[in-house]
Amino acid sequence: MQNILAIWQREMKSYFVSPIAYVVLTVFLFLFGLFFFGNLTEVVQYTTMMQAQFGQGGQPFDVPAYVTQQLMRTTSVILLFLIPMLTMGLFSEEKKRGTIELLLTTPVGNFQALMGKYLASLTFLAILLAAGALTLSPLFIYGRPDWKPILAAFLGMLLYGAALLALGLFVSTLTESQIVAVVITFGLGLLLWLVSVFASSATGAARDVINYLSVISHLDDFIKGVIDTSHIIYYVTFAFVGLFLAYRSLESMRWKG
Amino acid sequence: MIEVEHVSKVYGGRKAVDDISFSVKKGEILGFLGPNGAGKTTTMRILTCYMPATDGTARIAGYDVFDQSLEVRRRIGYLPENPPLYPEMTVDSYLNFAARIKGVRSGARKAQVGDAVEKCSLGDVRHRIIGRLSKGYKQRVGLAQALVGNPEVLILDEPTIGLDPRQIHEVRSLIKGLAEAHTVILSTHILPEVGMTCSRVVIINKGKVVAQDTPEGLAHQMKGAERISLTVEGPADAVREKILAVDGVLALQAEVRDQVSTCSVECRLGSDLRRVLARQIVDAGWGLLELRAVSLSLEDVFINLTTQE
Repeated sequence: MQNILAIWQREMKSYFVSPIAYVVLTVFLFLFGLFFFGNLTEVVQYTTMMQAQFGQGGQPFDVPAYVTQQLMRTTSVILLFLIPMLTMGLFSEEKKRGTIELLLTTPVGNFQALMGKYLASLTFLAILLAAGALTLSPLFIYGRPDWKPILAAFLGMLLYGAALLALGLFVSTLTESQIVAVVITFGLGLLLWLVSVFASSATGAARDVINYLSVISHLDDFIKGVIDTSHIIYYVTFAFVGLFLAYRSLESMRWKG
Repeated sequence: MIEVEHVSKVYGGRKAVDDISFSVKKGEILGFLGPNGAGKTTTMRILTCYMPATDGTARIAGYDVFDQSLEVRRRIGYLPENPPLYPEMTVDSYLNFAARIKGVRSGARKAQVGDAVEKCSLGDVRHRIIGRLSKGYKQRVGLAQALVGNPEVLILDEPTIGLDPRQIHEVRSLIKGLAEAHTVILSTHILPEVGMTCSRVVIINKGKVVAQDTPEGLAHQMKGAERISLTVEGPADAVREKILAVDGVLALQAEVRDQVSTCSVECRLGSDLRRVLARQIVDAGWGLLELRAVSLSLEDVFINLTTQE
């Protein structure tokens, strides 16, 4: 536990002394804020138009829920791009600098090194999402939105992110190059995202399987405010497989030398 | 303290280390000598549990490097060939991190880090960022990292590489000072280093141990024959005849210039012919300009051992 904490701490510091953390945070918040603003103005324009046409007695319309749902769909795309940046250096940099030799010859086990790094990337993601959540504060200042679905959406984002981070961590154990790591992670993420395209041409069980594999199809319920255990299980399993592969890859590195 | 038995390592069909055996006693400094690519680093990586051996066993402080790797790792300090540094960290935070992952308790950490900093004379750069330090400082930070936690066994891969002559001297005396409390294996391709710091030498070439002894013993063992260097003033042919007639002389190589012959005389092992030769030359009325016994330097030994097929 001590070791995991030590690795976690070093990794967090390294995020924040390198430009990566600030670039990722800035880009994320800029896009998040921009789309939030965009969605909001769209709704405002739409409602004023409706009011002008039909007067006050129109359909009741949950503005915050609509805005956050739209925003979360966009956010999932933004994260697909940004998450590979968070994991690309985790092991590839250690390999390139030779510091992996330090980690693996001290009493730190592979598992502890892995967990420390994974938890650090997860913490950074949580910071990112928390900063995003703060951006939503105007909704609470000027209105009374139901906070539970929003929280569910953020939980979904965190799980979805956790899955992609585990994938990125695995890829980062495979190469010495951060660029290679980031491209492969992004490619795999995109593949798992777009795989549902193939579902339309498939039939029967194959279709269900493809749909199940899609990393994005499990996110929609969260965004709508529904917490379904089957989706949680999907993301947790995904993350677990990623971590397991990363662990195996670390082990095999020893044998290959 | 360290026992290596019949260790081999195969890399993609090539034997990087081939059936190596040696042992190091507590408090010894073992020099690991060999040309580049001889298998030094590979052997060290096996000892530090970084990679497993294909064959054979190695034990450190009685623990097997493969089966009880965690116990072994608790007892070693390792300086790899390229010091494993995080360039964005300060020296202090890096050493603290190293102490932490080596399991030094938080109470003892400050003293341990301070100790390593002092030993490697890093006091001036303690709060500077590693990435901005010179190569020599980086090397010393790497060494300090190995020392942190006060491990019983130190495994140092080329510890003086990249240092200037004064620093090399400092690091050597530092390593010598460590021998009392630690057992040290250091690899190097700088020969005088071994003679100066190590109590024992293992020479490896192409993955095989070709010799192991004390530096002096090694030089002695390699001699095979005693060699005497002579400079005589006198008629060259007569000088040659006279020397070859002495009992115990095996061969003679002479270089003649004017009346002066510079000879290298090979004598039977164990015979010291200096007195006999001197008397013969003086009795003949020639001038004895120089006479000395030649001992092989470690360098000669090394070249001898690693160049023969």
